[in-house]
Amino acid sequence: MRRKVTAILLVLCMASSVVLGGCSNDKNEGGSATDNELSKNPVEGGSITVGISQDVDGLDPHMAESAGTREVLFNIYEGLVKPDSDGVLKDAVASDHSVSEDAKVYTFTLREGVKFHDGSEVTAEDVKYSIERCADTSNGEPLVSAYSIIESVNVLDENTVEIRLSEPDTEFLFNMTTAIIPKDSAQTIDANPIGTGPFAYASRSEGDSITLKKSEEYWGEKAHLDEVVFKVVADADMLVSYLKGGSLDMVMRMTNAQAAELTEGFHIEEGTMNLVQALYLNNAVEPLNNEKVRQALCYAINPDEIMDMMNDGKGVRIGTHMLPGYKAYYNDELTNYYSQDYEKAKELLKEAGYEDGFDLEITVSAADQPHVDTAQVIREQLKNIGVNVTINPVEWEYWLEEVYGNRNFESTVVGVDAKTLSARSLLERFQSDGGSNFINFSDGEYDEVLSQAIASMDEKEQTECYMKLQEILTEKAASVYIQDLASLVAIRDDFDGYEFYPLYVQDMAKIYRVE
Amino acid sequence: MKYKGRSYNFTLGLGITVFMVALILLGFLWTPYDPDAMQGSLKLNAPSLLHLFGTDQFGRDILSRVLVGAGSTLVIAVGTIVIGGAIGVILGAVCGYFGGWLDEGVMRICDALAAFPSVLLALVIISIAGSGKYKVMAALGIAFIPSFARIVRGEFMRLRESDFVISARLVGVSTPRILFVHILPNILPSLLSSLAIGFNNAALAEAGLSYLGIGVQPPDASLGRMLSESQTYLASGVWCAIFPGIFLVLLVLGVGLLGEGILDRFGGGR
Repeated sequence: MRRKVTAILLVLCMASSVVLGGCSNDKNEGGSATDNELSKNPVEGGSITVGISQDVDGLDPHMAESAGTREVLFNIYEGLVKPDSDGVLKDAVASDHSVSEDAKVYTFTLREGVKFHDGSEVTAEDVKYSIERCADTSNGEPLVSAYSIIESVNVLDENTVEIRLSEPDTEFLFNMTTAIIPKDSAQTIDANPIGTGPFAYASRSEGDSITLKKSEEYWGEKAHLDEVVFKVVADADMLVSYLKGGSLDMVMRMTNAQAAELTEGFHIEEGTMNLVQALYLNNAVEPLNNEKVRQALCYAINPDEIMDMMNDGKGVRIGTHMLPGYKAYYNDELTNYYSQDYEKAKELLKEAGYEDGFDLEITVSAADQPHVDTAQVIREQLKNIGVNVTINPVEWEYWLEEVYGNRNFESTVVGVDAKTLSARSLLERFQSDGGSNFINFSDGEYDEVLSQAIASMDEKEQTECYMKLQEILTEKAASVYIQDLASLVAIRDDFDGYEFYPLYVQDMAKIYRVE
Repeated sequence: MKYKGRSYNFTLGLGITVFMVALILLGFLWTPYDPDAMQGSLKLNAPSLLHLFGTDQFGRDILSRVLVGAGSTLVIAVGTIVIGGAIGVILGAVCGYFGGWLDEGVMRICDALAAFPSVLLALVIISIAGSGKYKVMAALGIAFIPSFARIVRGEFMRLRESDFVISARLVGVSTPRILFVHILPNILPSLLSSLAIGFNNAALAEAGLSYLGIGVQPPDASLGRMLSESQTYLASGVWCAIFPGIFLVLLVLGVGLLGEGILDRFGGGR
């Protein structure tokens, strides 16, 4: 059953995905809550246990739907290029790339001596196979939706691969982070994951944990730790006890209150999660299909108060579907477009014919404390305009299937991440007939501006289009945008080296033990 | 019921139970604050005159939440023993009185049910039916049927050949009347004390389920939920855990003593 669901989701899967927890953003390292200056010496080797809130939904990198899976797989697989912690794309499996003037031909030179975890060398054929697999349209939409414009993938010689596009795309490089897997491994990759990353897959116990071991053959700077265990802890209330008790060494996405409990033996790194957290509204159900009702909700909900309740004000307020970390694209003017005004909200409800309010159900993944907490604060805020909220906490698998897959929900609090570093990966989702448009947002102008943005060759015009798209989402109140959550990462003092990325990933290769 | 003599258990248990139930009933009608109202400026405040039990991580008044939460726990526990007790008594009475293949069949099913720990059984039911206050009540109620059925069956078997039952049968009293008017009152002491034990098990099971996150759902309060949520704040807000804990202990202790006391005072069949 779950396989089938995953398969359906994959087909639907577009340029970005949805997750719960979150990860990072600006380079706000430091900021230790406990002033444990680590003057100790780094040592190689060792094992770390990291708490994650959901099990991975598979080990096939091209099929991974949830961001919680991608943050784990980031350590196993690499693309031709991969992002570094500054959000800059660096060559990975490729050592060099070039783009033709008309932005229609991308040429990659493969790096010498890059080996898969099974010891075989990466060839141009493997690259061609991986990209073609993601571009395959025989099952409907390609696995990577941006790959629909790939015309052909050509092996020029044993070290050079050329990708020809049917239409120009200046942002196509962002999509080349697609994992490179061995040729013809589609059937086996899920059970026997083989990539080129700094860690190799060791074992997995479904629903419990996944273990990675250091790859000695890694082409770049090798990982410091010998072993990383990602352990699934579905009950957020247990995290602090597990950390204190020693069964976990590191937990991402702690709340401020949780972090405050870890006064000894841990240091806290502070960043943001790179998630667009919002009260996502199903634009297709009564009464949320009424724009005025949605706007009323926007006026009634105060993100600042939510941030204050959850994290003592930490986090970055947002007003639209864009990560503040994407500075070039982020439309800052929309942040305070709706400022809390109960009178105005009531007036809008009255105009919409819901003078006496209505009942609203918020479905939320029970394991993700920040979202459950947010839903609780929202419930109180909406009381003020007569909207009666019931909270429906569900398991993550159920959420993926019913809310995200079947779109069978009224509203949900969740964080949506970006799959790549381009604004497009966030905004593309809300195309009226988009496969991952789980809120059923539908707007003719939006579709038009989006296709204009995609077709544009001029960076400035493109950025303007992206700004406009954000404006439409905000004005039409597609959802109630709240914040990019503060991300507090608790790490045992035996370890250091954590780095935040502007994407939803955890780079375990940077972490080292200290003594 | 025969009066057997003084029992400190009974007096103490009755006192605590009446006190707790009165407090909880009060909670249904009135709480010092809205139990769900959040106050950002009052997060994790220690107990004070304004907030006798302190405030939780959202600045909600813990006293109000404990009152309402204990209410949920009480309602679920009472509901559980009403469901489990009613079905259990009827099954036990019929089986014990008539015996035979019916008895064999029903009791083997009860044995099968009882082979699972009641919380585990409730877990299975909840995972099928979904969580929530009333589902928890129904799930626990079903899980508790075998324990009541067994006790009642034993008592009925003991009494079905006693003189007063045989006499009643001879003068033509209808069977339901014999079962529930003639025999049932005679087993009240042991039934009541097993109901008291059942109540306690139900209250603890509810707290356990909610603690595991599958019982009462947020933002509704229940003692188990509050205990679960508060474990994050054990160092910075220990009052979040202490007061729900004390309430749960007192509620269970009171009813437990009362159950013991009933046996002490009026005698049981055992």
